[in-house]
Amino acid sequence: MQICIYPIMTYFRGVWCIMEKIIPAKERLIKSSKNRMDGELRGKILVILCAVIMISATISITIFLGTKGLQSFIKNGVSLIEFLTSTHWNPTNQANPEYGALPFIFGSFAVTFLAALIAAPLGIGAAIFMTEIAPSWGRKILQPVVELLVGIPSVVYGFIGLTVLVPFVRAHVGGLGFSLLSGMIVLSVMILPTITSIATDAMGSLPKYLREGSYALGATRWQTIRKVLIPAALPGLLTAVVLGMARAFGEALAVQMVIGNVRNLPSSILDASATLTTIITLNMGHTTYGSVENNTLWSMGLILLVMSFAFILLIRYLSSRRKL
Amino acid sequence: MVTTYLEKESTEQTIQTTVQLHMEHILKVHNLEIFYGEKRAVNGISMDIEKNSITALIGPSGCGKSTFLRSVNRMNDLIPGARAQGEIIYEDLNILSKQINVVALRKEIGMVFQKPNPFPKSIYENITHALKFSGLKKKSQLDELVEESLQKAALWDEVKDRLHKSALSLSGGQQQRLCIARTIAMKPTVMLLDEPSSALDPISNAKVEDLIVELKKDYSIIIVTHNMQQASRISDKTAFFLSGDLIEYDATEKIFTNPSVKKTEEYISGRFG
Amino acid sequence: MKSKTADRIATGVFVAIAIIIVSILVGLFSYILINGFKHISWEFLTTPSSNIRAGGGIRDQLFNSFYILLITMIIAVPLGVGGGIYMAEYAKPGKITDTIRSCIEVLASLPSIVIGMFGLLVFVNVTGWGYTILGGALALTVFNLPVIVRVSEDSIRTVPRDLKEASLALGITHWHTIKTVLLPSAFPSILTGIILAAGRVFGEAAALLFTAGLSTPRLDYANWNPFSEQSPLNIFRPAETLAVHIWSVNTQGLIPDVEAVSNGSAAVLVISVLLFNLLARWIGSIITKKMTATK
Repeated sequence: MQICIYPIMTYFRGVWCIMEKIIPAKERLIKSSKNRMDGELRGKILVILCAVIMISATISITIFLGTKGLQSFIKNGVSLIEFLTSTHWNPTNQANPEYGALPFIFGSFAVTFLAALIAAPLGIGAAIFMTEIAPSWGRKILQPVVELLVGIPSVVYGFIGLTVLVPFVRAHVGGLGFSLLSGMIVLSVMILPTITSIATDAMGSLPKYLREGSYALGATRWQTIRKVLIPAALPGLLTAVVLGMARAFGEALAVQMVIGNVRNLPSSILDASATLTTIITLNMGHTTYGSVENNTLWSMGLILLVMSFAFILLIRYLSSRRKL
Repeated sequence: MVTTYLEKESTEQTIQTTVQLHMEHILKVHNLEIFYGEKRAVNGISMDIEKNSITALIGPSGCGKSTFLRSVNRMNDLIPGARAQGEIIYEDLNILSKQINVVALRKEIGMVFQKPNPFPKSIYENITHALKFSGLKKKSQLDELVEESLQKAALWDEVKDRLHKSALSLSGGQQQRLCIARTIAMKPTVMLLDEPSSALDPISNAKVEDLIVELKKDYSIIIVTHNMQQASRISDKTAFFLSGDLIEYDATEKIFTNPSVKKTEEYISGRFG
Repeated sequence: MKSKTADRIATGVFVAIAIIIVSILVGLFSYILINGFKHISWEFLTTPSSNIRAGGGIRDQLFNSFYILLITMIIAVPLGVGGGIYMAEYAKPGKITDTIRSCIEVLASLPSIVIGMFGLLVFVNVTGWGYTILGGALALTVFNLPVIVRVSEDSIRTVPRDLKEASLALGITHWHTIKTVLLPSAFPSILTGIILAAGRVFGEAAALLFTAGLSTPRLDYANWNPFSEQSPLNIFRPAETLAVHIWSVNTQGLIPDVEAVSNGSAAVLVISVLLFNLLARWIGSIITKKMTATK
């Protein structure tokens, strides 16, 4: 069929002129079943399918985890208020099971904020070092360092935390070693590269005239950084910190290995504690699927999911401010 | 038609006159309007493009000449929000119609761009890429066509020993002639040239100009150019565009010696643009 | 003069921060490698692990890690590149595209433990497969997909528009243009991105705990029938990967040589990730060389 459609083919048979007259422009140029591009359609369907799979993956994750996470409240009658506010976690008590997840929720938020408290200044400082203090060689050294830090798997961080950090804290700071403090340190190292690389982008994308204007007014470098550059890059820097916190909030294994995993609210930074992720990690395997205790773990998973949406909304809010 | 054919047999002088009398129109543009979103870039122009001749489009930047050119082979379809109204009649079909198979259309109406844009493949593959897609698979035919099109583009002698080297190793002028060659290989009827030599050095520019004049025998050529000398040197007819309007369209000689609109004269004499 | 002093102090602080970060990395790497190298031997790499006794190796875990990575990539690369092509070439600005973009963002920011839970729910319980390599690979696909989509989209977008126009103007269809012009030009940077993503997948554990499981059946490496229970190639068997192994021996292991095994495994893991990184960099540098040489 195609022979008739493309004049070039007919040309090679030496009958180009004749053929061209035979095939009217209508048949050559108007879309029809004869000259339809099957490959074109197939390709388009193929990539649309990929996009559809992505959407359906996201939707099904939300739906599956949403319904499963709500079961403990709907089917098992666990009080939502108790779940969110009670500090008593005792699901295995036959007579009077208690499902207060507050210690874990608190633990998650505590390690996240504490880790951000350490990693944010370090990360932003490193970003300023790379963009303002030593843009040439500083970047050449720190950039690969940051990339390598990202590459270290989280279990390796956890393992080093367990074998080096925990004994160190026990010996030199106090307590058992398994503590909020250890979790915080491990997490802060883990989120440092995230914060650094995004903060570097934020600082690097500042227009040149900001710096030049400030230096022209006789400001020192530190004054320029503090009074001009940091305020200008603030939404971007906050985005970096929020992304780091999102990663810290969802991190499971590394924290689980160093935090001690007790079900009480910690009273000091040296106390052992637990987070939502660590409780899920530890108990998902040895609770019966469908039991109340198991279902409350899914409710904790739902909290993680909701928080991950919340972090996205926060980042969107920050990036909308950046445009202004 | 028949008379034209018969008269071609007589002396050269008569051919010249009769051809002008019986000039066929390959494209008939009627009341063409082109919009980018809400903005109108071309304001209802009408012009007929002659077969086997060179039509130059001149005018200051942003006057709509490139937009017009790109609408002739529907390259504007790529720009989100661009749409065209009116008619461009080619072989009795309005090529702006939704029913047109754009892919088949672009085989007949080829385009060469301002910046040489060879594929990052070998010289040979640059030419065979589209041919193979059109269903031509035989190596002997491909070889033949590669040589023929490179000959026509006056590039054969320079590259025949390194057909399988990367096209990016060529100079800018050679790259542009390669782009013309790969368009020629498709045997189009119309060739659209969008400032084809503006990115080239003077020597390459001269070569490309010679080539374009040579191509007139087989193709109808529309060329957008910023270079007034180029337009006057090579084109048969010239159209002057200004802010989306077709100000004047006439034989090149007339436009450059005795334009009937004052704006044209001002532009040509370099008073603006 | 006060401001000058402040400036000097600030500079000192920033330099100190940079030094701290570099020394963290150096400290981590030297700890892992120095402690790990003692335990890495041919025997360590080729003997199966033990649940109780000392002297176990990591043969199966190492194989599982690479095998799951391979299966993941077989699923995720076509999907991700396809999604990237859609976003770069077909998506029109509008609500649908915004929705897809949000979906990618959500997928990218999900904690891996949450993806693991989703995997447990769908690929383990709903399908009734139990802990399987396929389930693990599918969970990792979810984890990995947004990265590959982004990399592919960005790489395709950076291909010069001229090339696309050149191809279309020659009467080549959009899809054929994508296949023969855009993808080949974008291929090196897509590949670099995929290798980096592979490094991430290789070290991932949380998403695999509840999907591929914490155990490996006795494997017979002479059996290459993928449907046999003992075959290492069977994708419907549980499989503990190297990263999961490090976690499990440390938290629930009974073997007396926990430290030795985990040190060795951690070193192998980090070296592998490092190799992925170097490979990606190496390919990246080849590309830039090629690009600059021809211009």
